[in-house]
Amino acid sequence: MDGEVLQAPSVDEIVAQLKAHCPCVEVTKTEERRVYAKVPAENNFKVCQFIHDNLTFEHCSTVIGVDYIDHLTVVYHLTNYYTGVMIELSADVDSENPHIQSVTPIWEGANWHEREQWELFGIVFDNHPRLERLLTPKTYEFFPFRKSYKLRGWE
Amino acid sequence: MADSIVPVKEIEEKMDTDKMWVIMGPQHPFSHGLWTLKVQLDGEFVTDADPIVGYLHRGWEKETENRTYPKIIPMADRLCYAASMTYTHLYCMTVEKALGIDIPEKAKYIRIVADEVCRIQSHLMWLAAVGTDMGNLTVFLWCMREREFFLDLNVKLTGARMTTNYPRIGGVRNDTTELFDRDILRTVDRFEKALWDIIALIDDSSIFVSRMKGISYLSREQVANMGLTGPAMRGCGVDFDIRRDDPYDNYDKIDFEVPVLTEGDSYARYMIRVEEMFQSVEIIRQAVAKVKAIGKNAPYRMKVPSKVPKGTAFMRMEDPRGESLMYLVSDGTDKPWRLKVRSPIFTNVSTSKAMCMGCRIADVPAILAQIDMCLGETDR
Repeated sequence: MDGEVLQAPSVDEIVAQLKAHCPCVEVTKTEERRVYAKVPAENNFKVCQFIHDNLTFEHCSTVIGVDYIDHLTVVYHLTNYYTGVMIELSADVDSENPHIQSVTPIWEGANWHEREQWELFGIVFDNHPRLERLLTPKTYEFFPFRKSYKLRGWE
Repeated sequence: MADSIVPVKEIEEKMDTDKMWVIMGPQHPFSHGLWTLKVQLDGEFVTDADPIVGYLHRGWEKETENRTYPKIIPMADRLCYAASMTYTHLYCMTVEKALGIDIPEKAKYIRIVADEVCRIQSHLMWLAAVGTDMGNLTVFLWCMREREFFLDLNVKLTGARMTTNYPRIGGVRNDTTELFDRDILRTVDRFEKALWDIIALIDDSSIFVSRMKGISYLSREQVANMGLTGPAMRGCGVDFDIRRDDPYDNYDKIDFEVPVLTEGDSYARYMIRVEEMFQSVEIIRQAVAKVKAIGKNAPYRMKVPSKVPKGTAFMRMEDPRGESLMYLVSDGTDKPWRLKVRSPIFTNVSTSKAMCMGCRIADVPAILAQIDMCLGETDR
């Protein structure tokens, strides 16, 4: 992607850059060394590519799935190694047919996190190189971390 | 001398060598827990590797959704037996962040002391494992002996050796005990001398050095992209430590160095961890002085509401093994809606293919010893 490359952007610069280049991103909150933003699920890959290439966020800490019953949310935590600034990106996906682009082509480190969220929540990461069960047995046909899966004897 | 009648070189080139999968684990001397490493071999060189984890998956994150916030503290201890203090600390920090409270100064410094004691004993556990992986039992015994002194400090401070159950939401469980500062300073003083003996045992041994130096090179870009964190990352040239660059509690008021090496081999990753132990000693000295300066009757714990307001919060910290992160989603009740743990080893072990590629099979235990494997937090 073209545009200027910032190696160590400050929080204000990140917000300005996101506004200028990714108008779909909605910055909800900023704190010291933290940027919280929402992104539509279909633009997720493009925005992540921009954050990686132009804002030098080299490290993807986690990919988290959350079940809100009416929808699922995928949360990315991205780190800049020069300033310690973190971006929290959250993308809402449909709970019936959850699909989102995989960010593994950008950050190799997201590989296992996406596999884990697929097996626990059933969120399908398109273009993932190897979407297989990792922690749970391969014979499982359900997604144990969904709220519809009750723990025996508790609820 | 005439050439050999048999054209050895040509035959070798034509010969099809079968690649072989060797399955190391789940029960294997190198694995330090239950996990499997499948390695594909061409002769004795590794051409592919595939780690398999999940034997210990117990649904930790799902279990927390049925418990009230204080009940999760002892559960967080059990994520990793060697680094229990840091995980409980991280959990308490995450809930404090969601509550939006600032804990007493004294509690912050006591937590730093407890964390660094935990870091040293975790690193000693790792060094002991390195010793046995490379076939030197003396290193194992000496490290375990040193580790015992730090477990004794845990007993003096918290009453337990490993699963300490010490930090609380809003502070720590109890104040430092009588003469704790004297004991801890004595322990670290003698540890600093003893560590040099262990280092001499390793660095003077050509077996150790030749099995680590120049083996399993990873570049800075590779490491950042793969998500390798912690001492292993700093051994590959990434100059980043959460304690310094994204400080939590009172680490920004403490003066310490972050060791970084750019060699990127197995030996550099070993050197970083050893150097980190010296830095931890330095941090302990400063933090203990601060605790003493704050005084005996200062508050170390505050009352907190049992219900956490609706919303999300996350915190991260420098675990002995890398970056650990907790993400809390609260729905306004006294139980979390979702609590996610990012375990450093979970990501670090996923890089074992890149670490082992092109190395000899005999070096695989020496390389993977630098991950400092712990399955409790990997599988959760």
